Parts: sequence; C-alpha cells; structure tokens
Amino acid sequence: MAKIGKQTWLYNQQIYVNSTGTAVGPLEAQGPLSNTFDKKYDELHCNQDNWELAERQLMKDSIDACMQRAGKDKSGIDVILAGDLLNQNVTSNYVAKELGLPFLCMFGACSSSMETLATGAALIEGGFAAQALAVVSSHNATAERQFRYPTEYGGQKPKTATFTVTGSGAALISKEKSSIRIEAATIGRVMDYGATDPFDMGSAMAPAAYDTIKTHFSDLGRMPGDYDLIATGDLSGVGTPILRDMLKEDGYDVDEIHNDCGLMIYHSDQPVFSGGSGCGCSAVVTYGKLLSDLEDGIYKRIMVVATGALMSPTMVQQKETIPTIAHAVVFVREEEE
Amino acid sequence: MSDKFDQKQYQNTIKTYQPKPNYLANCIKAFIVGGLICVIGEALTDFYMKVFDFSEKEAGNPTVTTLILIAALMTGFGVYDKLGQFAGAGSAVPVTGFANSITSAALEHKSEGLVLGVATNLFKLAGSVIVFGVVAAYILGMLRYALQHMF
Repeated sequence: MAKIGKQTWLYNQQIYVNSTGTAVGPLEAQGPLSNTFDKKYDELHCNQDNWELAERQLMKDSIDACMQRAGKDKSGIDVILAGDLLNQNVTSNYVAKELGLPFLCMFGACSSSMETLATGAALIEGGFAAQALAVVSSHNATAERQFRYPTEYGGQKPKTATFTVTGSGAALISKEKSSIRIEAATIGRVMDYGATDPFDMGSAMAPAAYDTIKTHFSDLGRMPGDYDLIATGDLSGVGTPILRDMLKEDGYDVDEIHNDCGLMIYHSDQPVFSGGSGCGCSAVVTYGKLLSDLEDGIYKRIMVVATGALMSPTMVQQKETIPTIAHAVVFVREEEE
Repeated sequence: MSDKFDQKQYQNTIKTYQPKPNYLANCIKAFIVGGLICVIGEALTDFYMKVFDFSEKEAGNPTVTTLILIAALMTGFGVYDKLGQFAGAGSAVPVTGFANSITSAALEHKSEGLVLGVATNLFKLAGSVIVFGVVAAYILGMLRYALQHMF
C-alpha cells in the first residue's frame, strides 16, 4: 500500500515533474526571484479589463509556459487539477472551460498548490491518468476585494498582515522520466488554534504546518537532516519563527534548512508587511526557484509544505475562528540517463 | 511538547512573536497628516472667502467639496491607499477618508456595472458611518429638544 503511517502517501511508482511554468505580477517581478519566472507583467491588470480577468490571464500564461517547456500539446493532458482563492474558484473554472479537458477543481486556500500536485500524482499512481497538470493562481487585487477592502481603500494594515502574491504556477507530471521525482506527500489535517485576526495569517497557519511536518517525520521515520530544504508556503515573518519553535519543542531543529516562500519572493524593503501569501506564493517559488535548484543539484531532497488559512470573511464576522491546513510534497533529484 | 504551544495557550504565546505597532509614531504621523489636511481645508476656506466674498459659513460647503474632489482624485490615481497606510487615522478620520471609502468601492465594483456594481456597493464601507451618524444625530436632536423644553 502506498499509505505510510497516519497521513503520508509514499508513491510506489516513479512519478516525475516533467515541466513547470510560472507567471507573476509587477512586485514579484521586482523581487529577488525575478529571473526564475517565465512570464512577468509590469502592471497588475496584466493587460486585462478587470482584476478577475488579470488573474485568469496569469493562470493561462503559466499553463502555456509549462506546456511550451515540455514541448507537448495540451490535448495530451488526462486531467487538470486547479485551484485559486476566489469564490467558486472562478479563475480555475473559467480557464478549464477554455481548455476543454477533464478537470478537477480543488480548494485548500493557499495550500492548493501542493494539494493539486499530491492528488495529481496519486491519480497517476492509480493509473487514472498518464499526464496530469496541477495549476494554481492568486492575485493581490482579487484577494483584497474578496477577503479585505477595495484595492484603493486607505485603511491602515498592521505589520503582521501578509501581501497576496500575484502569480500562477503550473506543473506537468507523469511517469516519463525527468530529474525531479515526486517521492511522497503528507496530507494535512485542519487545525484551529483559535486565531481570529485575518491580518495575522502567519500565526494562524503555523500549527497546521507544524502538525503536517511532525506527522510526516513520524510517518516516514525521518528527521530534518534527511532534507536539504523544507519550504513552507506563506507563514511569513510572524509564522516562521513560531513554526521553528514549535518543532524544536518536539526535538526537530529545522532552523538551518527551513525557509518560507513568503519570505523568499520579496525583498525585505518591498511594501509587503510581513511577507507574501496566497496559493500563487508557494506555487511560483516552488515551480520557479526551488525545482530549478533541485534540478541543478543544489538540493537532493526538498519538502514543500503549502500552508492555507481556510478563512471566510463571513465566518470571521460571525466571530468564528480561522481554521488552517497544510499539505506537504517531497521532491527528490534523480540522475537522468 | 511543553504547554507553551498548547492549543489553549497558543494565542497568548504568539503575542511575543507579533511585531508591536508603534503607537507613538502612529499617533505623530496621524497628527501631522490629519493636521495638514485641516490646514489645507483652512486655506481653502480663506481662499473662498477672499476670492468669492463668501462668509465663513458659506465657504464651508465649497471647502468640503474641494477636499472630497482631491481625495477622490488621489484614490483614482492610487495614492490615497499609500497615504492611508502611512497616516492611519490621520487620513481616515477627515472627510477625505470618507471620500476615499466611497471612491474606492466605486472603482472596485465598476466591472460589475453601473447599477448593481457601482451604485449598490458605493456605501459598502461608508454605509455604517452614515447609519450611526443619522442615529447619533437623531438621539442628540431629541435630547436637545427635550432639554430646551424642560428648562
């Protein structure tokens, strides 16, 4: 059986990431990872009439870049797994409508990036697909409008707030050999430690990342030393030290190998409060920088833990707490023949 | 695992991880920006009194209108939200903040059409200000009326 321990899937078959594609907005393009992105826009509208269309354009661009790099036609994709942050996952649904391919829509807030990838790999493992495409997107302005205030509203945000990444990342996976293999995935549980502040997602999500990472280690009998990098999705400057300290309490010291995509994507002097967030954050950093570093041999085995705050403004206004989740996927480098 | 990160303790524990807002700096920034907006308002009143020979009372309405226009334009050009992040209450409390809340909602919902988009959402943020403004005015008005007739 491919299930190991409580929550971990160890893929028995060899499943590989064949190609990736990324598209980002202006602030991400000015960030330190700029040269790792395929398509960059210097304006938040991405040449579209409204924010929702802009986000859709980003998702289309990342898929196009991914398929172009793979040198393959979209018609060969057996299933698309996609997610975004908007109500009814409109970005994914409308992009899938244009693609006209079998489509599974997924929502795990910002954890969708690894949720789609882990599920896609499981479908390939089970023989239900030969080629699967996992893609997610987020857009700063669509997220602001849906979860917070109008984009141009002059409300002051606290330093604990995060900044939704404008970007989309896509990955094409199959059994066709490449240098990046998907080794395992740990499916998270919904955690709720009583967070109520929508302007501090980092501390709300840290327990979810902690639970998933701890369970992953115990399921596989591994230690932090087995990884060259553990990257969380968007814990930001607030959640990152909390996660490290939580793991330390259990005897897992990850300080040396842990980083957060939300901290990697922007320069510290960019106006992004405590860091980047959104499913685009973990997706563009993983599918851009991290997997290319893995391919280049900088890493041998990395784990990406995409963290998601399952936040609904209505629930928050009804005085409910914010549940969170984190899904992890392990990538290993394999020598190509 | 110790009690520190226990589910019940968690919300207390994380307070040490959250960056503290600098209340003093925020107050000073709000004072300066809010004060500057008022200075501009005073200058506008003087301008209308001198140039158009308005009385001080008459100059009030064009002053407010001009401030609203400036704030609406700044919102459209994408400047007011940056000012708001810097100044906090300094740019939120004056009439310009009210104008920003309406203009930003109008811009945001423009893509949904003029009636159900702009018109319906125009007072999305400002609506509560109006509701409580009207309620407070009503209560104070009744109190004033009652007091006047009692004494």
